[in-house]
Amino acid sequence: MKLLRYILLFFICTAFATAATASEQKDEPVDVKEIVLGHMSDAYEWHITTWNGHHVSIPLPVIVKGEESGWHVFSSARFHHAPDGIYEGFYLNEEANGKIYELLPDGTSVRPWDFSITKNVLQIWIAAALMLVIFIGSARWYRKRKSDSAAPKGFVGLIEMFVMSINDDLIKPSVGEKHYKRFAPYLLTAFFFIFTTNLLGLIPIFPGGANVTGNINITFFLALATMLVVNFSGNREYWKEIFWPPVPAWLKVPVPMMPVIELFGIFTKPFALMVRLFANIMGGHAIILSLTCIIFITCQLGALIGTPLTVVSFALMIFMNCLELLVAFIQAYVFTMLSAVFIGLALPEEHHS
Amino acid sequence: MQSINLPSILTPDLGLLFWMLLAFLIVFFLLKKYGFSVIVNMVEERKAYIDESLEKAREANEKLSGIRQESERLLQEAREKQAEIIKEAKATGDGIVREARNKAEQEGAKLLEEAKRQIDAEKENALRDIRQTVAELSVQIAEKVLHEKLSDDKNQQQLIEKLLADVAKAE
Repeated sequence: MKLLRYILLFFICTAFATAATASEQKDEPVDVKEIVLGHMSDAYEWHITTWNGHHVSIPLPVIVKGEESGWHVFSSARFHHAPDGIYEGFYLNEEANGKIYELLPDGTSVRPWDFSITKNVLQIWIAAALMLVIFIGSARWYRKRKSDSAAPKGFVGLIEMFVMSINDDLIKPSVGEKHYKRFAPYLLTAFFFIFTTNLLGLIPIFPGGANVTGNINITFFLALATMLVVNFSGNREYWKEIFWPPVPAWLKVPVPMMPVIELFGIFTKPFALMVRLFANIMGGHAIILSLTCIIFITCQLGALIGTPLTVVSFALMIFMNCLELLVAFIQAYVFTMLSAVFIGLALPEEHHS
Repeated sequence: MQSINLPSILTPDLGLLFWMLLAFLIVFFLLKKYGFSVIVNMVEERKAYIDESLEKAREANEKLSGIRQESERLLQEAREKQAEIIKEAKATGDGIVREARNKAEQEGAKLLEEAKRQIDAEKENALRDIRQTVAELSVQIAEKVLHEKLSDDKNQQQLIEKLLADVAKAE
């Protein structure tokens, strides 16, 4: 009964809110693509909300090196205060996803070296700080204790359980009992980095909300790291199986068909890692943002259509957010597991000694 | 590299890559040294400690049951020895009693025999004394009788003849 009452209350509130929004916003059409991509893109400021036409956002530092003018460090708010949006020769190029471009004296514009602390960069540092605090903080608990003291309880116990379950149930069987210790720190860091940024990405406002793992640069970096680890730790047997795989000789002697395929595999494996993580997280964000846009689109059509569809899309958003919580874990898990499996495959037992 | 048509999440961005590299490496090295390794090592140490403790407990249990068996065995042994000792003591006691009785019997018999012998000897002595006394008395009586009888010659003659006749008869 109580639950029913809450649901009813939820419906009434949404209905009123939609009716109010619908009566106000009837001017400009909603550009869904712009909104969705805009929310998922990196930015030089951390947008929080727009209130009565005012953008409420946290300006972030811009660090650029111009062609001739050297290094510049300034706040991204300068672009808004400058009359024509050009500050010290730099401007936000709307045609290039709003990236900073430098206006050269000859009239052309080029992309400068851009090391700005953007929204994604700040989000990465927030995730990094969070991870350091959580794990080093948990590790501090052990400093005063010996192996014969009781297992930790509460938060440290949770972290210990989490770390050990990834270490023992994911990394150990995937890499193999013999070698897993060498790779565990990298794989654990990768797992918790992806997991933390995925979760932070689900928070809609400031300390989270940036689309980090749904950005190809991040997944490219992670996949590249896995690729480097795999190929630098691969033993002789691994390279032998690539260049001289145990297949019939005609598959490799006149035309090195199998070696080429195997060599190609070196790159396709991390490529799959990169695209899988990127697409999953980007897709999840896109769906949630699109569902949010449904509210505004339908409200423009009138309160009568807007109200029921708002309720539906709101319920779907709740569902999608729950699903994304699951995906946040699953994708971190899958990335780590596949990385671990690739590392394990790069360390086959020597067949002949 | 003007990839203007792609959305920004698909555009390569060196700055983002650089910061990502830096942040990831810092997190990786710090957590490797102070985070995960500490947790994992501690858990593994604890695991080893628990395994060791279990092994020790098992050993102690085994030892305890061994001790219990040993003590039972010792108790049984002691009981057996006790019974044996009691039996032996009884046998020895019996033997001593029997021997004492035998000895007493022998001694009694010996004493009895001695007494008998003494009595016999006494009896002999007494008989001898009586015999002597009787002989002496007989001689005295005979003397007296002879004295009486040989008071005249005629009698003396008769007696000598008679005696001679006896001697001749005997020869």
